[in-house]
Parts: sequence; C-alpha cells; structure tokens
Amino acid sequence: MIEIKDLHKSYKMGNNSLHVLKGINFNVKEGELVAIMGSSGSGKSTLLNILGMLDVLDEGSYTLDGVPIVDLNETKAAKYRNKFLGFIFQSFNLINYKSAAENVALPLYYQGVGRKERQEKALKYLEQVGLKQWAGHLPSELSGGQKQRVAIARALAAEPKVLMADEPTGALDSKTSYEVMDLIQKINDAGNTILIVTHEPDIADMCKRIVHLKDGVIVEDKIVDQVRASQYV
Amino acid sequence: MFSRDAWKEIFETIQKNKLRTFLSGFTVAIGIFIFVVLYGFGNGLTNTFAKFFGDDATNVFFIFPGRTSVPYSGYKANRQIEFDNEDLADIEKNFAMFVDYITPRISRSGLVKYKNESNNYGNMGVAPSHQYSEKTIMMKGRYINNQDVKDKTKYAVIGRLVERDLFKDEDGLGKYIDIGGSSFKVIGVFQDDGGDNEERKIYIPYTTRQLIEKNTDKIDQMVLGFKPQIGYSGAMSLESSLEKYLKSKKFINPNDENGIFIRNIADQLKQNQQLASVLQIIVSFVAFGTIIAGIIGISNIMVFVVKERTKELGIRKALGATPKSVISTILLESIFITTISGFIGMLLGTVLLNSMGDTLEDYFITDPYIDTGIAVFATILLIICGALAGYVPARKAAKIKPIVALRDE
Ligand SMILES: Nc1ncnc2c1ncn2[C@@H]1O[C@H](COP(=O)(O)OP(=O)(O)O)[C@@H](O)[C@H]1O
Ligand SMILES: [Mg+2]
Repeated sequence: MIEIKDLHKSYKMGNNSLHVLKGINFNVKEGELVAIMGSSGSGKSTLLNILGMLDVLDEGSYTLDGVPIVDLNETKAAKYRNKFLGFIFQSFNLINYKSAAENVALPLYYQGVGRKERQEKALKYLEQVGLKQWAGHLPSELSGGQKQRVAIARALAAEPKVLMADEPTGALDSKTSYEVMDLIQKINDAGNTILIVTHEPDIADMCKRIVHLKDGVIVEDKIVDQVRASQYV
Repeated sequence: MFSRDAWKEIFETIQKNKLRTFLSGFTVAIGIFIFVVLYGFGNGLTNTFAKFFGDDATNVFFIFPGRTSVPYSGYKANRQIEFDNEDLADIEKNFAMFVDYITPRISRSGLVKYKNESNNYGNMGVAPSHQYSEKTIMMKGRYINNQDVKDKTKYAVIGRLVERDLFKDEDGLGKYIDIGGSSFKVIGVFQDDGGDNEERKIYIPYTTRQLIEKNTDKIDQMVLGFKPQIGYSGAMSLESSLEKYLKSKKFINPNDENGIFIRNIADQLKQNQQLASVLQIIVSFVAFGTIIAGIIGISNIMVFVVKERTKELGIRKALGATPKSVISTILLESIFITTISGFIGMLLGTVLLNSMGDTLEDYFITDPYIDTGIAVFATILLIICGALAGYVPARKAAKIKPIVALRDE
C-alpha cells in the first residue's frame, strides 16, 4: 500500500537547515495498523504529513497504492488526499459552524457526491461511530471523545485507502482514549489500513506494528501482539 | 464552480456566519446608499439653481438708479439719479440693434378694495412688453397695450390670487376695483409660475401711475430685454456700453460704482450654473470617495474574513478542496453578499431620494434624483472591486499549506 525509499526532509529556517528525516525506508501493507512512535521532535508528524501529502519530501520516493507520488502541485495533492487518504488530528479540526453530519459529509462534497447520498453516507458513518443521534449537533455541543469520533467518521466517509491519525488520543483522557482506540481497532478489523502517530506506549501497544523513530531514522520496526482496547472500556 | 451544490454550500456558510455576512453587507450597502444620496443631492442642487431662473426671461437687464459716490462735472457726490420717459426712448433709439423691448417699472403698494373686500397688494406701472420679461400668462382678458399707455387709461391686470381674494367666486373681469383711492377697471387676470407672491400683483399702465402722481415723467427702474441672438458675449458688451451711455447721460463719473446698477440676468444665470456645476462636481467627488471608501472597507473585511477562515480552509484542503475551489468559495460568497447588499443600499438610497421631493429646499436641494444608470454603475463597480479585492487574500489563503493552517497555536 505504502512504499517509501530513502526519504529525506529538512526544514529551512533562515540560513540554518534542520535535517528532520534522514533516510527513511518504510513499507505498509493493506490492512495494517501501524504505530509511529518516538519522542517529541523526533519527526513523527513530519513523516505522517509527507505520507499524507500535506507536505513534500526533499529526497527519496513515495508510492501510494501503486501510484508514484511525484510533482505534487496543490491541486493534484488535494485530489489525491481526497481520493486516497483520511485524516484524524489531535485537535479534531472540525468546522465549528457545521453540524456533525455536515462535517462528516464535507469530504464527499469535494468528491462530487450528490447531496442526498452525502447525507445518507454521513449518517451511516456517524452510526458506525455511535453518534447517529448527535448528527444535528454542532462540535461545540460535543465532548472531546465525541468530537474525535465525528472526526473519525469524517475520515471514514471518503472511504480512503489509508487512515492517518496524528496523536488521535493526545487531547483525550485515558478512558476516552481507549474508546477511540477501540473504534480504530474495529475499523482496522474491517480491513482498513491505519497509521497512528503517538508517543504513548499503551496506545502503541494497541496497534499491530510499532515503528520507532529516533534522530530522523527508524531505529526499530516490530510486529506486536495487539492489546484489545475493548477490555478497558 | 456554479453548480447548485456549490451555491448551497455558500448559502449555508452565509447563513451560519451572520456577523461576517452582516459586516461586509453593511459596508457595501452603506457605501452605495451614501453614494446614491449624495449624488442625488448634487442633482437637487442643480435643480434649485435651474428653478431660480426658471420662471422669468433670462435675456434681461434690470437697470436701477442709485446715488453717486463721487463728485463729477460740477455735481456733488451723493446725488440721487432718476430715470424718466426720455431715457426709455433714448435707449430704445440708440441700442435698437440689440434691444428687443424696454419697459419701465414703477412699483407702489397699497390697499385695494372691491365692495367689502380689501387687501394690500403691490401694483406696478409697466409698459406692454413687461409681459415678456416676467413671462406673465393671461388666463382671461388681456394685458396692458400701447393704446392704454398712450391714453393713460385706468385699467388693471390682476393676478389669479388677487381675483380669488377680492372676488371670491365672482368673475372679476370688467369689474371696478379701488387702488389707492382711484377706480380701475379689471381688463385681465394672469397667472405666473414664479409662486404665490407673483400672483398677488396688479399691473397698470405706467403712464396712468405718472398721471396720478402729479403728471410726473419719472420712472423707478427699467427692464430691458435684449435680442437672444447676440449671445452671452453680446450681452456682456451691451451691458458695459449701456452703463457707459447712461453714466455720461446722467453726468456720473465713469468709475463711480454707485450711480447706476445693472443686473444682468444672463450673466447671473451663467455664474449660478457654473457654481451649481462646481458644487455638482464636488458632491460627485465626495460620492465617488464614498465608493472608494466602500471598496477599501470591503477589502479590509475580506482580509479579515480570510484570516478568520484560515483554519477552516486548511481543514477543507486536507479533506480535498483544491485551491480553485477555495478561491471560488470565498469569492462567490463575497460577490453574493456585495451584490445583494449593494442593490439593497441602492434601492434604499433611491427610495429616500424619491421621497424627499422639496423637503430640503431650504438647503437648496430640490427634487434630488439619481440616474438609474449611474446608481447601477456604482453598485457594479463596488461589486467588481470587492471581488478583485477579495481575490488577493483568497488566492493567498488557497496557497497556504494545510499543515501551516492546521498547526496548533
Ligand atoms: N514547519 C516547520 N518549520 C520548521 N521546523 C519544523 C517545522 N515542523 C516541524 N519542525 C521541526 O522539526 C522537528 C520535528 O518535528 P515534528 O515532526 O513535528 O516532531 P514530532 O511530531 O515527532 O514531535 C522539530 O524539531 C520541529 O521543531
Ligand atoms: Mg507531532
């Protein structure tokens, strides 16, 4: 699904240049649930942003579902993001004046899906995250966990190839975190490929594979026995 | 870009962001409103100036006698100048090339009686041609004629309101009225567009007035109508040669400003029209200034709107919005709001102008109006400029990388 070869990325700040990713080689197969771990500032978000086509790489190659991701201009990146990827952010990033259902329907709007079908699909995915009754509510009327579940429903609505979550539980207490992880595990059970950036070991242990980043390189990449989150909720 | 879905998305955004919608809508509506009203006032100003001269002939000089202020050829200063019948004849003879008519005016006022009704009216001894200078319109009967002047008849031509006051529902024509103790026969009733005061006047032959006043040959003033063909410059040179002629005839120092006064209506009209058009230009300038201010206002709001929406636009981009769709979302929204509110402002302004009529006449503004073309042009100008002004920040917003927009503060 994802193939990365010898990826380099630096940030230029004035005359200085900060070399964040120093040659990453990394493959993800369909159906995997991968945790990207590492201390703060180790480049986890940078890697995920490049994989999510929110940022561009300096060197190396990136292939997504057999499509080489090169010469990304804004329009092309937007189209790929819309077609291939679903994002889940630490701070949810819901549009505050749109209801839960409208937020979930938004990626479908950019896919050109008709209005009626959008509404149906939005409700379907809200139901999947257990928030059907909250469809008409604004984000400000939802709890943190509920907001993240709406965001997950939104990421799912576009039926992407890969779900990418940057610290999805970073803003949640541990009980709510496990609820969210339970949901993510169920989505993965259904066959979706998911990448999760986290620095919390307990969250990483709920994935099937852990990739450890340090000083811009992968220092460890191991398959783990998944801890099911359902036992904590 | 113009799909129904895109519009629905825009309407929802507008509905759910009322403050933003109100701010930009209000700026535009106020801008257009003020423009329309100011521009309309400019037109009202011009109307007022046009009206000042509307009811009287404009190819006319009024010639008044004054008092000399300097001694000249043996006469002392402070001498009262007087005109008489001979002056009339002399001017008519010497300036025959230019003069259409000349008529004296001897103004008096006093009690006028008919049966039990009486009232004070101004009466004026005139020659027949006075009818032209005042554009007097006869409703019935006739005006003073040359035979009346020759025979010094006791005939009177009265205003419409004089007839109404004195005769009520009776027909005044052929009846006798008492003017200052002498009995006059009403031979005509007139109307005048100059307003009520003009219709509360009585005209009698000037020779009759002179006969009553001990058979004098003095006259108060002269009204001279020149041939319109001589044009503005002709009128100006006629004025100066007339002044020179009369000053030498009455032994007044050529440089004495006070011996004789000539009021040149053509010149005054021209000056007033110039003043009116200068005012019109200033007002239009201010009006277009408002439009510019409106454009600057809407531009600022657009910058603010885009800034406020940076995060939202970042989310939309992460979800697959292309730069083009980001730009069109912002632009269509702003064009929609400016169009609606622009036309509301235009409509309100026009309605206000139309309802004003002559309520502001005291401020020299009569029947203010604006050409629909100009109002629509200004509105469209503001819409286009608003869109152009919105395009710059919109394009900037579309270029912002989603990660930058989404970065947590
Ligand atoms: N846009 C940027 N410009 C400059 N430096 C950045 C930018 N984004 C991240 N960095 C720097 O790159 C390093 C890695 O950042 P990041 O990938 O966000 O780390 P992590 O997510 O692992 O905490 C950090 O030192 C951070 O300060
Ligand atoms: Mg991070």
